Amino acid sequence: MISELLFFMEVLVAGLLSGTMYSLVALGFVLIYKASSTFNFAQGAMVFFAVLSFVGLMEFGIPFSVAFVLTIFLMIAVGLATERLVLRPLMNQSEDTLLMATIGLGFVLEGLAQAVWGVEVRRLDLGIKDSPIPWIADNLQLFISALDVTAGLVATTMIIGLTLLFKYTKIGLGLRSVADDAGAASSIGIPLKHIMLLVWSAAGVVALVAGMMWGARAGVQFALIDLALKALPVLIIGGFSSIPGAIIGGLLIGAVEKILEVYIGPYFGGGIEGWAPYVLAIFFLLYRPEGLFGEKIIRRV
Amino acid sequence: MKPVFMTFTRGDIINFIVLMVLGFLIIPMTITNGYWYSSILIPWLCLALAAVGQQIVMGYAGQLSLGAAGFMAAGAFACFNLILRIPDLPFVGALIISGLIAAAFGILFGLPSLRVRGIYLMVATLASQFFIVWMIDKFGWFKNYDTSGIITAQNIEIFGKSFTSPIDMYYVVIVVVVILTLIAMNMVRGSAGRNWMAVRDMDIAAESMGVSLLKTKLEAFAISAFYCGVAGALFAFTYLKSLEPVAFDIKLSFKIMFMVILGGLGTINGAFIGAAFILLFPVVLNFIGNTVFHGSIDATIISSIEQVVFGALMIIFMIYEPLGMAKLWESIKSKIGFNKKK
Repeated sequence: MISELLFFMEVLVAGLLSGTMYSLVALGFVLIYKASSTFNFAQGAMVFFAVLSFVGLMEFGIPFSVAFVLTIFLMIAVGLATERLVLRPLMNQSEDTLLMATIGLGFVLEGLAQAVWGVEVRRLDLGIKDSPIPWIADNLQLFISALDVTAGLVATTMIIGLTLLFKYTKIGLGLRSVADDAGAASSIGIPLKHIMLLVWSAAGVVALVAGMMWGARAGVQFALIDLALKALPVLIIGGFSSIPGAIIGGLLIGAVEKILEVYIGPYFGGGIEGWAPYVLAIFFLLYRPEGLFGEKIIRRV
Repeated sequence: MKPVFMTFTRGDIINFIVLMVLGFLIIPMTITNGYWYSSILIPWLCLALAAVGQQIVMGYAGQLSLGAAGFMAAGAFACFNLILRIPDLPFVGALIISGLIAAAFGILFGLPSLRVRGIYLMVATLASQFFIVWMIDKFGWFKNYDTSGIITAQNIEIFGKSFTSPIDMYYVVIVVVVILTLIAMNMVRGSAGRNWMAVRDMDIAAESMGVSLLKTKLEAFAISAFYCGVAGALFAFTYLKSLEPVAFDIKLSFKIMFMVILGGLGTINGAFIGAAFILLFPVVLNFIGNTVFHGSIDATIISSIEQVVFGALMIIFMIYEPLGMAKLWESIKSKIGFNKKK
């Protein structure tokens, strides 16, 4: 009984921690959605683009920290270009149009990253092992991966930081006002361009961090895009405009899919992880379409 | 805003006759090389049919769906199992029933459309994509307990004659595609299409005018999935000649969505134009890679470039011509002075 309970705990913790990785990807979506009410479908591609560039730069022999900073600059440039070339010409278009444009943007980024850096799977070594932490394994009999714990800590730090930024700084206030009504915000002198630049840069940094965590686990490869797609059900469960929603949605999806996979998966030959998050999202949509923390969707006629 | 033809004009009928003569007489008489049929014309017609299905749900009913390949997989494997398990079932019958099975899945996964729209709906339809392909892959019964992962499709037999050569298969495909396209064209002109478009343009207004959202949306999903299912069965039996769940992955869903968007949302001929473009562009790109650069460019780089071009075109069309290539073609024609009557 005890060992079963321990095993369940282990599955649960592993699920929760890998869920924080989904949260990291979802966080990037939320940032942009909050600031511009644009659903940035390309966030997954940005994750891939960022981490592939980072690994590619490191292959040139550029040290870790320099490559990190360079990639951040690259992501800011991507954000700038997106704002200038995609979002601005499409201002005031319907949500669906913007969504389709960001799907296109995602394909451009994926293709560009692969054309420049090639398609082979790369290993990313962060110096953190994806193996159980000995101390916890010895004392609590729980096998918890060091990488998962790191990802969890990083995600928590970023989420706390971003929440503070949104809530208590002038920039955050500006951000929220732009999200509420971009026209009114700019008319009272809030620098729209700077805010957008800031948001896209932040989303780029989040993408890079998320990509590094995923890359360290699964290798830097195209399959990251499919993992990033799972951030979509996370967003539906958490709500598109809520940072705490992104983390709770991620945790929920991570835990549920792991538990289903471990306990029910064997009866069907596994692979439940592939669709379980989406089906879970459907149930949420039927009962609570705005997500756990989202604002109620009100449509005017 | 959207071009709606109340009745067919004389131009439409002439176009139709020209296309039929081209499809049934000129192409079979002039092209003898099997490659053209088996690698260009057959996949084009199959994917265009799936794109017509996607067009119905996305272009006409305005429901963002990303599950076309899932419904195609349902149709393809339904067709395989029907022929395998029901003796003496004619191919056409199997094709229709597999379309209906796909339609049932369409209704099931279209249910969320009653509550949500846009990106929310897209995520819900992703569930169909992943679930259907997983189900076929994991339950051995669907694959007749074949462990190799690739199953050879049965021969197509209609009225005792078997259709095996590329040109025979071309005839099968084009007949099905023409019939279904004509039906689709009539549906979108008729009351069903009016309802779809009303829901697309303003669902709340449509509802208050007495259009049943439940019926209209589910109808669009069902018919769309029917088209995708038939297209999937044809795709597997005449183009792939094998059945493997991997062939119907999310990439195919994206491709079909691109066909519809680039071809032109809300037009049936846009589905055909888009399918031709998405299918032919990589062929052209490979040709350039081979002849101009003599294969010095890696194939993976070429496919990455293809992705960049598709993505960039999507953005460009969204900005400059949201109605896609079909509209572009119309404008070019009217610029040259072809369509003076308008």
